[in-house]
Amino acid sequence: MPVKIKRISISQTIIVVIISLFSIACLIPFLMVITGSLATENDIINNGYSLFPKSVTLMSYKILLLGSNRIIDAYGISLLVTVAGTVLSVFLTSLGGYVMARRSFKYRNILSVYVIITMLFSGGLVPWYIVCVNYLHLKDTIFAMILPPLANAFNMFLIRNFLLSIPEDIYESAKMDGASEYRIYYRLIMPLSKPVLATVGLFVALGYWNDWFLGLMFVDKQELQPLQLLLRTLVSNVEFLRSSSNAADMQRISAQLPSESIKMALTVVTIGPIVFLYPFLQRYFVQGLMVGAVKG
Amino acid sequence: MKLNSDVNKPQSLPAAAAVYRKRNGFLRDLKTNHSLYIMFLPVGILLLLFNYWPLAGLIIAFKNFDFSKGIFGSPWAQPILNNFDYLLSSDAASRAVRNTILLNGLFIAVGLVFEVGLALMLNEVRNKYFKRITQSITFLPFFISWIVVGVFTYNLLNYENGAINRIVEWMGFQPIDFYSEASLWPLILTIAIRWKVTGYGTIIYLAALTGIDNSYYEAASIDGASRWQQIRYISIPMLKPTIIILTLLAVGRIMNADFGMFYAMVGDASLLFPTTDVIDTLVYRSLRKSGDIGMASAAGFIQSVVAFVLVLGSNYAARKVDKDSAIF
Repeated sequence: MPVKIKRISISQTIIVVIISLFSIACLIPFLMVITGSLATENDIINNGYSLFPKSVTLMSYKILLLGSNRIIDAYGISLLVTVAGTVLSVFLTSLGGYVMARRSFKYRNILSVYVIITMLFSGGLVPWYIVCVNYLHLKDTIFAMILPPLANAFNMFLIRNFLLSIPEDIYESAKMDGASEYRIYYRLIMPLSKPVLATVGLFVALGYWNDWFLGLMFVDKQELQPLQLLLRTLVSNVEFLRSSSNAADMQRISAQLPSESIKMALTVVTIGPIVFLYPFLQRYFVQGLMVGAVKG
Repeated sequence: MKLNSDVNKPQSLPAAAAVYRKRNGFLRDLKTNHSLYIMFLPVGILLLLFNYWPLAGLIIAFKNFDFSKGIFGSPWAQPILNNFDYLLSSDAASRAVRNTILLNGLFIAVGLVFEVGLALMLNEVRNKYFKRITQSITFLPFFISWIVVGVFTYNLLNYENGAINRIVEWMGFQPIDFYSEASLWPLILTIAIRWKVTGYGTIIYLAALTGIDNSYYEAASIDGASRWQQIRYISIPMLKPTIIILTLLAVGRIMNADFGMFYAMVGDASLLFPTTDVIDTLVYRSLRKSGDIGMASAAGFIQSVVAFVLVLGSNYAARKVDKDSAIF
């Protein structure tokens, strides 16, 4: 018997070690970027990126904040796109999901098929691009980054499936009391669907915040570029910061611009909001995924 | 007569049936349920604009597309399959198809091992806090964009100050120029995708494992089964349907590479194209960089058609395994 206990604890130890190693591997890049953003340029050039900084400086953050309007602009664009996109998308997909979930509505299945088809068939990148640019004239507008992903079939089904679990009697009794569909939706069903709305909202917000594809496809104007795209530009080319610096003393600093640590600082600034909200968000995501997994 | 036997049910009489139909027709419904139609209208229009219209636009693969004449006004290609001929005669296209299938196949296979493995291991962990914390940590990378992952990769791999090259140098070897070494990139991309989405992918398997009735394990341990035997003869068989379905659905998407990953990690590094250029990046470059709409639309057309067949096929297969798990 003691032998068996020992064997279990050995396998437990091995498992704990493997999981710990993988978890550490998941964290290390984050730590390296934070360290890199705080390190002096000399440290990075002489010693490379490391986990612990030799000396700490906030220089690169200062330059990010004061040096260039483009970063502040990009932050504003990303924020605006995320907030507007999320609010609109949750509102519209919940309306769509509500209609598809109304059991007494005769044509709800036809509408569901209409939505499902968009999950199956895709025109692909080229026709989609041409429609957006040539016909809808989204090129170089903020709408290009908000409109295309607004109506998401998957999210609509997530909401629909959740709403189908609400008993039909609620609708019936509200109708008896003379409530209109709008009122039932707004006053009754939406307050009941907070869990699924939160899940969908978080997915959508994350999508908008992390999106750069729409910006890449449609936005050439510098002042409209979202944060993620700016980060990509900065990583491949730090020169733009020098050319777009505005303040007079920035010109002076920019001669010795710490390019490596600035890249890292912008990365930290980009992931900042997510990591900050993460402990709060993660629970909803897991729940939402479970719902999605159960319903297919 | 048949009608006579049903005479008590007025709706089966032709005249009454017509009235009944009229009363419940679409126009009638539009009137009584107008608010529901209005509520659906915004998403209906959005899907029409961004999904159905591009679908009709697939015909540009057979056209000589001209921006000023639009999708439907552009002249047909001469001969009609010209774009496809052009595409199929290019080496880049066959390379992209090969890379797409091989890389995605690799991602699916390695992903399966990692995700099921991590789920099984987490399921064995007794300490609740350890389990919760490590699960949170491994899920964290899912939340950041591929652009940021691209920065992380650069941080580790770049020639001058990359952490890995520092270690390589410290061990007395020559530093490796990762960004010009195409043969290493299938491995690098696999590691990156595993790093980013393993925590996410594990969740569903873990949910399936938590759902297994504890009495199976109790019975097995009374019979003297070791933990390992319990995993082998209970956990894994119980996971099998989930594994099969998720894999089938992933295979259904094998033609669609993750454009974000490839663009953020590889970008325009043409030295790496022999192993990293996929259909999505090829189409993107043809469309936005070289302005080669004919090639881009032909490649996109083939991709859409094959993807459609694969999605239907894999979904059909998934339904055979488990009726409830298929998407439709």
